[in-house]
Amino acid sequence: MKMKELNKTTKSNLITYALVIITYIIVQIILESGHMSSLMEGLLVPLCTYVILAVSLNLTVGILGELSLGHAGFMCVGAFSSAFFSKCTAELLPSGLRFFLAILIGAAVAALFGMLVGIPVLRLKGDYLAIVTLAFGEIIKNLVNVLYIGIDENGMHFSTKDSISLGLQPGGKTIINGAQGISGTPNDSTFTIGIILVLITLFIVLNLVHSRDGRAIMAIRDNRIAAESVGINITKYKLMAFTISAALAGVAGVLYAHNLSTLTALPKNFGYNMSITILVFVVLGGIGNIRGSVIAAVVLTLLPELLRELNDYRMLIYAIVLIAMMLFNSSPKAIAFREKYSLKKLFAKKSAKEGK
Amino acid sequence: MSFISYLINGISLGSVYAIIALGYTMVYGIAKMLNFAHGDVIMVGAFAVFTIVSTLGMPIRLGIIVSILICTVLGVVIERVAYKPLRNAASPLAVLITAIGVSYLLQNVALLIFGANAKSFTSVVSWSGIKLADGQLNISGVTIVTILACIVIMIALTLFINKTKAGQAMLAVSEDKGAAQLMGINVNGTIALTFAIGSALAAIAGVLLCSAYPSLTPYTGSMPGIKAFVAAVLGGIGSIPGAMIGGILLGVIEIFGKAYISSQMADAIVFAVLIVVLLVKPTGILGKNIQEKV
Repeated sequence: MKMKELNKTTKSNLITYALVIITYIIVQIILESGHMSSLMEGLLVPLCTYVILAVSLNLTVGILGELSLGHAGFMCVGAFSSAFFSKCTAELLPSGLRFFLAILIGAAVAALFGMLVGIPVLRLKGDYLAIVTLAFGEIIKNLVNVLYIGIDENGMHFSTKDSISLGLQPGGKTIINGAQGISGTPNDSTFTIGIILVLITLFIVLNLVHSRDGRAIMAIRDNRIAAESVGINITKYKLMAFTISAALAGVAGVLYAHNLSTLTALPKNFGYNMSITILVFVVLGGIGNIRGSVIAAVVLTLLPELLRELNDYRMLIYAIVLIAMMLFNSSPKAIAFREKYSLKKLFAKKSAKEGK
Repeated sequence: MSFISYLINGISLGSVYAIIALGYTMVYGIAKMLNFAHGDVIMVGAFAVFTIVSTLGMPIRLGIIVSILICTVLGVVIERVAYKPLRNAASPLAVLITAIGVSYLLQNVALLIFGANAKSFTSVVSWSGIKLADGQLNISGVTIVTILACIVIMIALTLFINKTKAGQAMLAVSEDKGAAQLMGINVNGTIALTFAIGSALAAIAGVLLCSAYPSLTPYTGSMPGIKAFVAAVLGGIGSIPGAMIGGILLGVIEIFGKAYISSQMADAIVFAVLIVVLLVKPTGILGKNIQEKV
């Protein structure tokens, strides 16, 4: 019996999934045998978070062809909404169901914000999305830092001043405490759940890319006017891709939030730096290449931990990587140079000469 | 009386936004790219003045002139090294991502040299200002100088663009690069000149901004840079009087928002303005609606 030939995309997708699963098995073996340092063990869940973020940003940058600079903002929204939910229902629901619902809520809230940002911006052409998402990321971070929400028998109380002005009944508790954030979120995130979420993210993105809708999205990226003239609803497809991307960033936020005992919105974790770091993952992995994003996210998360003495220069190096990669990959002159001196061609020439 | 003083402060802040927005709008009009690094050139300009005046103890006028020169050269170098090779790139994202890289590079170099702690910037305007209405209305010297500088720059730039050959060349290149080249215009030179003027204006904006708000960090330029972009969109991107109107309107909106609504929400209000403009009139107040042809 002959095995059915797999087509090229299926094969490539399977390699990506296999890569993630093999990594998981290897890590599990090292964990079981007790050879993993506690530093590395602590990095496992953040690693999954970064991979999900990189893949979801690649959906916006690589597949949709728009630039989002506020991915950390969507992550922040997902993190805080889900942590809020988890803390409210900490005693009511079993942990498995609670975390499942928290993921759905984080994704839904991030998707909602994605839509709110996308509706006014994505119907326009031009670079507006970059600036609006950049602003969104900064504003969300600032808003979360002045937000106070408490709960008592009368229901929820909101304030933007301080926790006293919530006016809680005795017995009520403050859940989001302004700049102190949410503390005491149940630690539901594990490496296994992280890997499952990574696989689900990859499944969603890879299937979207190779579906009819995905082809429509890529057609818009390649030529907006041509896509419009064959009847593709531009705003709808752009909004779809961007909303999915935001929702997946929200899922990454959920994973992030449930890995920490105290969740605060700092420039370090939800600020502009974070959005740029994710963009560096995408650019280094290859814009539009999903597997590349996964690998780049893993490598660039582990590398700074191994090269601690370079920590001060990390962001500087990221900036240079961004510029150099774009110049090397996209400049017409560099492309011509690479074609002229590509290894493949040199070898082909050699073998052709030897053939003579 | 506080209303008038808020209004004047708003116009003064708006004048800074307008000067920054001019640089944005000129570059956008001619190179069709969003220069994310523009905000960080402001920061470089302010740090140059800070180093020359506060650290080296040189006179303020020399500091301003050197700072303008540094920023002009920096702008041209950035254009040549980072943006020019990508001008004909297949994907419009390429140059945008490079611009973010440059912006990030400038911030991090400044962070390594000057550290993250805020430096206190000595105002370049020593004049204490004027008192009106029996001392109830106090207008500081910086405010007046900022508004005057903005008016002078606006007039000079309008004259430059409409009356000189180089200015006309800019208009031609922004209209159609290929046709301009066929008419014998040096396109590369014109684009470099645009970057030079934009960056020189950024240096002036940086000095004025830090004189009014004297805390200087490597991130000083990024937020005003983004807001100036909002101002450019509000006024109609690509239009020089539009940048002026947009900048001043935005400054007034921000100060009023801070005074009457909430000081923490002021940034959010500014971006709400952007969202409203994009929803209602994406071409801005003075922008032209260009129909795309195949």
